[in-house]
Amino acid sequence: MSLGWTQHLILVPVVLPLLCGALLIPVNEKHHQLKFMANLVSVLGMLGTAVALVWLTDEGWPEGIGVYLMANWAAPFGIAFVADRLSALMLLLTALLAGAVLCYSMRSWSRIGVHFHSLFQFLLMGLNGAFLTHDLFNLFVFFEVLLAASYGLLLHGYNRARLRASLHYVAVNLAASLLFLIGVALIYAATGTLNMADLAGRLNHISGDGLILAQIGMTVLALAFLAKSAMWPLGFWLPATYAAASPPVAAMFVLLTKVGIYIVLRLWLLIFANEPPSGAGFDALLWGGLATIAFAAIGMLASETPARQAAYSAMVSSGILLAIVGSGQSSLVPAALFYMLGSTLAIAAFMLLIELVERMKSPGAAMLALTMEAFAIDERPEQPVGEGVPAAIAFLALAFAACALIIAGLPPLNGFVAKFSILHGLLHPGPGKAVSLGAMALITLILVSGLAAIIALLRFGVRTFWAAGILKPPPLHVTEIAPIGLLLLLSVGFAVQAGPVFEYLHRTSDGLQRPARYIERVQGQPVVPGPLAPGGR
Amino acid sequence: MEMVIALAIGVLFGSGIWLILRPRTFQVIMGIMLMSYAVNLFIFIMGRLWINRPPLTLGPGAPDPAAFADPLPQALVLTAIVIGFATTALYLVLMIGARGITGTDHVDGEEPEQ
Repeated sequence: MSLGWTQHLILVPVVLPLLCGALLIPVNEKHHQLKFMANLVSVLGMLGTAVALVWLTDEGWPEGIGVYLMANWAAPFGIAFVADRLSALMLLLTALLAGAVLCYSMRSWSRIGVHFHSLFQFLLMGLNGAFLTHDLFNLFVFFEVLLAASYGLLLHGYNRARLRASLHYVAVNLAASLLFLIGVALIYAATGTLNMADLAGRLNHISGDGLILAQIGMTVLALAFLAKSAMWPLGFWLPATYAAASPPVAAMFVLLTKVGIYIVLRLWLLIFANEPPSGAGFDALLWGGLATIAFAAIGMLASETPARQAAYSAMVSSGILLAIVGSGQSSLVPAALFYMLGSTLAIAAFMLLIELVERMKSPGAAMLALTMEAFAIDERPEQPVGEGVPAAIAFLALAFAACALIIAGLPPLNGFVAKFSILHGLLHPGPGKAVSLGAMALITLILVSGLAAIIALLRFGVRTFWAAGILKPPPLHVTEIAPIGLLLLLSVGFAVQAGPVFEYLHRTSDGLQRPARYIERVQGQPVVPGPLAPGGR
Repeated sequence: MEMVIALAIGVLFGSGIWLILRPRTFQVIMGIMLMSYAVNLFIFIMGRLWINRPPLTLGPGAPDPAAFADPLPQALVLTAIVIGFATTALYLVLMIGARGITGTDHVDGEEPEQ
């Protein structure tokens, strides 16, 4: 079953940033306009490819799965790249976020250090590769690519705080990578394969010592992923790192925690689909996720700076997603994906917004606080109202309010839709099943963490926009506000178009929950007959 | 022989863990290096320990897989060595930068209060 030329699209999201990043290295930093344009063209190319892949996996390809065999080696032997709806969705999310972050960094951040654009492209290559690859060791390689790029990006705009955060971040990630390798080696020792589809098939047929070895391998591997997706107590490095990173980098880092979640979700649905998810591993995920939510909610209340609040809110969203995976209720997958899309975009927008809001804090001449003016217009029209609300402050306040609503999960924005559907799914576990203790705890913690987010963000908002007293409209550039507006509009768009989006996510989830067809499709991909390899070999 | 190798890996990894918990960056990097040696050895022996099985080479006729050592862990360990080498070098650069900017080799960038 050949997919024609379209199957080569699967390779584009990896090859394009690799080439672009490599070509940009020798270009002198004086030509930053050129570098920016090359980077933008590459990101737009990725965006186009991601849209094409979303369409192809949804309607174009049989079973919604595209397989690309590296170097024409048949599936269990060579490295296979597989694009299904989930991969395509993550690619789209990556490309959208990358485009917004890139525009934001054009004016100042990409110019304060060297090789920002190359590192940015390599980060995208690592992310895209991790979403597409179907081989555990190759996944390690892409993880290292994205981590190496993230080390460089974290150091971008080199100062004391960033250096200190980098020392910790790099050490933690190097240790986690070693765990990853141990896990992969154990799985290979037990099953003799690294291809995920092949692995899923073989795990059902091993027993005894081999099974124990494979389980230990899975556990060690999971530790590595959970350290990256910041599950408590493995996520202690996250708030300091995210708060220290420059804003565009922090916005991209929001996506890095989601890579760990993506892998956990993918392996969970592929490998453990046949077994009832009642093992201790899932309980550990559930309770670990719950602990993460509780820890991050408390951290959010305790943190003074908005960057740390944003970092903790990224941790809350990781915790909610991990707990949903751990609850083992596959009907929750669409709601979880919806939540992931919305919260990633909103937290990234918040990361970018923080810098602009901070700019406003320098003491100015205007003596009236923003909302006093705003209320004065309504209540006391006879009084002189001053100069009205400056557009810049109005934009910042509105964008902040939108971010806060989405992160806290209040109506009418999509955070509410997502949390509502998660709670609905948790309260209706299926015919004949009672709501479990874990689900009750999760419901409670989701609500409590929402409350913590409201309190923390409200406090920041009141201090910044109402109680600051002296507000000077900050100088904003269109390339800085447009990306934030775009991210928030996308996020709002998910709420407005929740019906079609949910239908798509249901199809995604359905595809994921038929691992047998998936495995068959990957393993059955025929090699291309070449001139030296006559058919039938 | 399994026991000897297992002990060697255990000692390497254990020393590495002790070292990365120490407060000086030099100790941390030594710890990470020892741990990565241990992990590389570990990957290598996951292809099992064999005697009298040469690496896979192309000879006349169809090769018998049972007569050769498993080539995949060898390929994996090569990749892991290269990646580990690169990331360790990166950490070294970071360490020197931190030493220069903060004036101390403590991992927190400042000396603990006595």
